[in-house]
Amino acid sequence: MSISRRDFLRIAGFSTLFGLGAKSAFEMLAPGELEAKLAPNPKALTAKRWAMVVDMRKLDEQTAEKCIEACHRIHNVPDFEDPIDPKDKVDPAEKVRWEVKWIWKEKYEHAFPGQAEVAIPEKIHKLNFLLLCNHCDNPPCVRVCPTKATWKRDDGVVMMDQHRCIGCRYCMAACPYGARSFNWRNPRPFIKSEDESYPTREIGVVEKCTLCAERLAKGQLPACVEASKGALTVGDLNDAKSKVRELLRNNFTIRRKTQLGSNPQVYYIV
Amino acid sequence: MFEKALVGTKRYFGVLGFLLLLSGIGFFIYLRQLDFGLGITGMSRDVSWGFYIAQFTYLVGVAASAVMVVLPLYLHNYKAFGRIAILGEFLAVSAVSMCLLFIIVDLGKPSRLFNVLLHPTPNSVLFWDMIVLNGYLFLNIVCGWTVLQAERNEVPPPNWLKPFIYIAIPWAPSIHTVTAFLYAGLPGRGYWLTAIMAPRFLSSAFAAGPALLVLLCLLVRKYTKFDPGREQIQTLAKIVTYAILINVFFFFCEVFTVFYSQIPDHMLHFQYLFAGLEGKGKLVPLMWVSIVGMTITAILLIIPSVRKNETTLAVACAAVVVTTWIDKGMGLITGGFVPNPFEGVTEYFPTMPEALITLGVWAIGFLILTMLYKIAVSIKEEIRA
Repeated sequence: MSISRRDFLRIAGFSTLFGLGAKSAFEMLAPGELEAKLAPNPKALTAKRWAMVVDMRKLDEQTAEKCIEACHRIHNVPDFEDPIDPKDKVDPAEKVRWEVKWIWKEKYEHAFPGQAEVAIPEKIHKLNFLLLCNHCDNPPCVRVCPTKATWKRDDGVVMMDQHRCIGCRYCMAACPYGARSFNWRNPRPFIKSEDESYPTREIGVVEKCTLCAERLAKGQLPACVEASKGALTVGDLNDAKSKVRELLRNNFTIRRKTQLGSNPQVYYIV
Repeated sequence: MFEKALVGTKRYFGVLGFLLLLSGIGFFIYLRQLDFGLGITGMSRDVSWGFYIAQFTYLVGVAASAVMVVLPLYLHNYKAFGRIAILGEFLAVSAVSMCLLFIIVDLGKPSRLFNVLLHPTPNSVLFWDMIVLNGYLFLNIVCGWTVLQAERNEVPPPNWLKPFIYIAIPWAPSIHTVTAFLYAGLPGRGYWLTAIMAPRFLSSAFAAGPALLVLLCLLVRKYTKFDPGREQIQTLAKIVTYAILINVFFFFCEVFTVFYSQIPDHMLHFQYLFAGLEGKGKLVPLMWVSIVGMTITAILLIIPSVRKNETTLAVACAAVVVTTWIDKGMGLITGGFVPNPFEGVTEYFPTMPEALITLGVWAIGFLILTMLYKIAVSIKEEIRA
């Protein structure tokens, strides 16, 4: 039997297509087993459902700055206004476009748009709310990610794998809190003191706060909480005896955009 | 049949050369984007999708509109469209090719593209978009090519093709519906959070695609010995008329709900696009040109004499293409991101490198279109000779 060149190419082409499709179908219907299992660090901080309470009564301007500084330093977040080589300094408009931030300050009317009451106390307007990823219980970003590069852990932490991310930025469109940043350009020339215990990022991937998952695993509190002098608290929402539950029990708290159903897990005492 | 694309007049190769040059420039700048990052575009933390995704959205519509030729032919046995079905299908092939390229140039890490297959995620609409777009490309290549081959050999199309032809009909609206669902299901984006998004997408698609096809038919008649036919063009014109009327109607439905309800999350985006916010409103003139132009064109197209005169019809079709393009290619994506989740205004406008890469992708699409049309027209001429 002979086969024409044309038929050969046709058969080869279709086989490749089916082969690729079949691989995905298998993955979807029968997901692969985890190949290796790691024993967790016995000192690790664990929870059934992580949550954070931000006590705005205790959070002054300086403390807020310290929290931001601590987080951005250990996670190698670039500062476009302070490059290693002064020649690389970007103009203010570019800084707005390219900015990467995991935790940052925002006034009340921007943190809680649509809830700007007429007769709110003057001091609330002056406050700088610390904003970060809300580690939503029903995260829209996780729903839309086409590669599972962002996912919710069993303990509620919304994680981000910058090595799987394809940079489609669908999660940025989905996040109602503006918690996600994209690497519009190489961040490395803008990291003055690199912390080698945490990876720097490449061009073209999305990043955000991971509640310091890497620190929790070692038994350390998130960097912002540690720097906050008690203004920030993390704990287990499912544990009625936890510190966050105690704070929630004894104080009136608000959350950002609860009407959207994402069930954010950062609570603010004002 | 492909050999037909490799011979031709000087003018044919002139067009190909010009399109190659444009795509070459685009490719060269794309290499720069790969090196520097998407920072060479106007996109930002706040407006994180821009021109690329907007072109993608518009072109999905153009691709879907092939069904407006195929459906009357195969479901209503409207024989006249047998003459131009191939033009619709090949337009769809080139449009979907551009869509896929626009997705690729928009990715931050195009080298990881296949992660979408390696880690299939059915809860992501993007996953389904990948499936429907590639499926649609495949269907149109198979259907178009096989029918053309049969026509050349002067035999009826093979029977095995029938299921593909019938599947392709509902598949066409599905690509644009899924593309609308990319946006219409995001909780924090008031401009997109509307159930009429997919219907609006379809109405503007079924106006813009056939309008483009009318223009292409007129060009084919002018520059080749193949006449797509007066009746065919007139029927397309009626499709354009009804679709653009429905599109204008849908727009005003949207405006009513948004402004009568007075919900700020939904109103602010319209206010940015049509009046400007915080003194910023780069898109305001364009958006007014789009909606006013679209409405006037829709009214003019109702008048039979405007439609029947092919010169005024061509002008109206061009107006439909341009006004729907502004609506989807400029307003839709940016409007969804402004204001941002903090009700702040960061504006967006494409940069020069971004515009040139976009032009390059369009050039590749038109290169594919020109070659496919050359093949189709050569075969039509050959049969007639």
